[in-house]
Amino acid sequence: MSDQSDVTRAARVTPVRVVIALCLVAPFVAMLWVGSYAKTDPAFVGIPFFYWYQMLWVLVSTALTMVAYQLWQRDQRARAGREGGASQ
Amino acid sequence: MKDGVNGVALGVFVFFFLAVTVVGFLAARWRKAENEHSLDEWGLGGRSFGTWITWFLLGGDLYTAYTFVAVPAAIYAAGAAGFFAVPYTILVYPLIFTFLPRLWSVSHRHGYVTTSDFVRGRFGSKGLSLAVAVTGILATMPYIALQLVGIQAVLDVMGVGGGENTNWFVKDLPLLIAFGVLAAYTYSSGLRAPALIAFVKDTLIYIVIAVAIIYIPIKLGGFDDIFAKAGHAFAQTNPLTGKPRGALAPPEAGQWTYATLALGSALALFMYPHSITATLSSRSREVIRRNTTILPLYSLMLGLLALLGFMAIAAGVKVQNGQLAIPQLFENMFPDWFAGVAFAAIGIGALVPAAIMSIAAANLFTRNIYKDFIKPDATPKEETRVSKIVSLLVKVGALVFVLTMDKTVAINFQLLGGIWILQTFPALVGGLFTRWFHRWALLAGWAVGMVYGTLAAYGVASPTQQHFGGSAKEIPGIGEIGYIGLTAFVLNVLVTVVLTFVLKAVKAPEGIDETRPDDYTADAGDPGVQVELPPATAGTSH
Repeated sequence: MSDQSDVTRAARVTPVRVVIALCLVAPFVAMLWVGSYAKTDPAFVGIPFFYWYQMLWVLVSTALTMVAYQLWQRDQRARAGREGGASQ
Repeated sequence: MKDGVNGVALGVFVFFFLAVTVVGFLAARWRKAENEHSLDEWGLGGRSFGTWITWFLLGGDLYTAYTFVAVPAAIYAAGAAGFFAVPYTILVYPLIFTFLPRLWSVSHRHGYVTTSDFVRGRFGSKGLSLAVAVTGILATMPYIALQLVGIQAVLDVMGVGGGENTNWFVKDLPLLIAFGVLAAYTYSSGLRAPALIAFVKDTLIYIVIAVAIIYIPIKLGGFDDIFAKAGHAFAQTNPLTGKPRGALAPPEAGQWTYATLALGSALALFMYPHSITATLSSRSREVIRRNTTILPLYSLMLGLLALLGFMAIAAGVKVQNGQLAIPQLFENMFPDWFAGVAFAAIGIGALVPAAIMSIAAANLFTRNIYKDFIKPDATPKEETRVSKIVSLLVKVGALVFVLTMDKTVAINFQLLGGIWILQTFPALVGGLFTRWFHRWALLAGWAVGMVYGTLAAYGVASPTQQHFGGSAKEIPGIGEIGYIGLTAFVLNVLVTVVLTFVLKAVKAPEGIDETRPDDYTADAGDPGVQVELPPATAGTSH
């Protein structure tokens, strides 16, 4: 089968796509590095750091995913424009 | 626990329960298509759901009653370690952003209803597809059982679960009624029933959480007090282990466990058949991407909900069974009528996922066991009929499970189910991006992951259980304590990669791939997305 074109298309790295990838990878780095937030101080309205920090990351990662979504749409439209809107 | 029945709470609970029952049956008429006798209609709601319905449906599906009871219960029991559910649900969305739209596209092009459909189409292997289907069904069954456990917890606290000395029929009657109603409307309305009920469920849940997170801390003297009391309680030595009960932040030794549990669970979540069913019912690829940006609202809610575990400690809730901590907290803190609303939220929160899970398991059976192995020429109408009946059988199975066996058995199996379902990741997600993996290698990797995961989980002892005492164990070669599912997954991938090299070297026959690269990026309205649906599913209007 024509895997070949699948690979070459995915491999085209553009600055926008790097930004998209970073937006999607950032939550993994932040959340899996548990040592960076496994502490109770400083507390926020009485909630230990460990808890409010992770809940803050719910918002941060949502924002990052939204950015990725917007950039991706723009990227797709640009590509569809380049390819004459044929197969996308 | 108060003695006797809490009449007001029960009245409110019954009111909401009746309301959703009516909604469930009416759902059959909602957005009805011309051809209702196809699996696309019954099992995927006609693949017609837009952004908001999908949001409610997925939210109602992923954040189950059991989640609402178990996550705060874990916090109540051990503190910080139970909070891993939050990073877990944070990681899910960037992850599915990358692969779920591809699955949607290829499934629409080829009329796939289940993940196994895709695996069979991609790798041309009925064996691999069967493995994925069986894993999915096995992992879903205990999950449905746990939803019933969730309802039971609420009924217990309301006083209608019956004490130890009531006879079993009276004791289980409320559960049997709830179950019967659920089964009836799922049978008649298919996926449309949980989709509509999800609106009610999530509205109730959001109201309850918003009230709980403001009202309870005020009554308990603020978060400072709550965490001070909780910290004190966790510092006490547990007589069973001789160690402190828990901590407010994970100690160094628990951090690997925390991270691997979060990552492993995030990888596993969208391998569950019910997640995929809700995903494939959406109208377009964009609906899915957009949903990855709005679904995290539920994660925020989950985080707040987890904090209720600390509040239960601070409020002095003392329960033997941790699962009852949150319902009991509601009963102690809220006026009776609002406790009824909260219980209704949990109860209905169990019905939505239970319906979707039974539909998903039934679809797997129908498409990948019945049609592939028993009756290849089944018509769409027959497929729908079989699916409907299997959805009933699956629920009866779950009910028998809950009624005849100890609750811990359901929880043990749920734990195993998570480990098992993760082993389908390489075939599914790997397959979405590349054809490089060999089908036999994937099958072997799956088998290794399943066996390792099961044996490892069997070997975990806890103070109260000899086997299946937890989901974390020392990772071979690293020495840290990590989630068994993730370790099994890594083994699975290693075996798959090595065997793929070997099988390619000896030129073992590859299966036939019926998909094309542009199938993975197709969107609704693109040429071919509807036209190329095979006859089995064509004829439904999107």
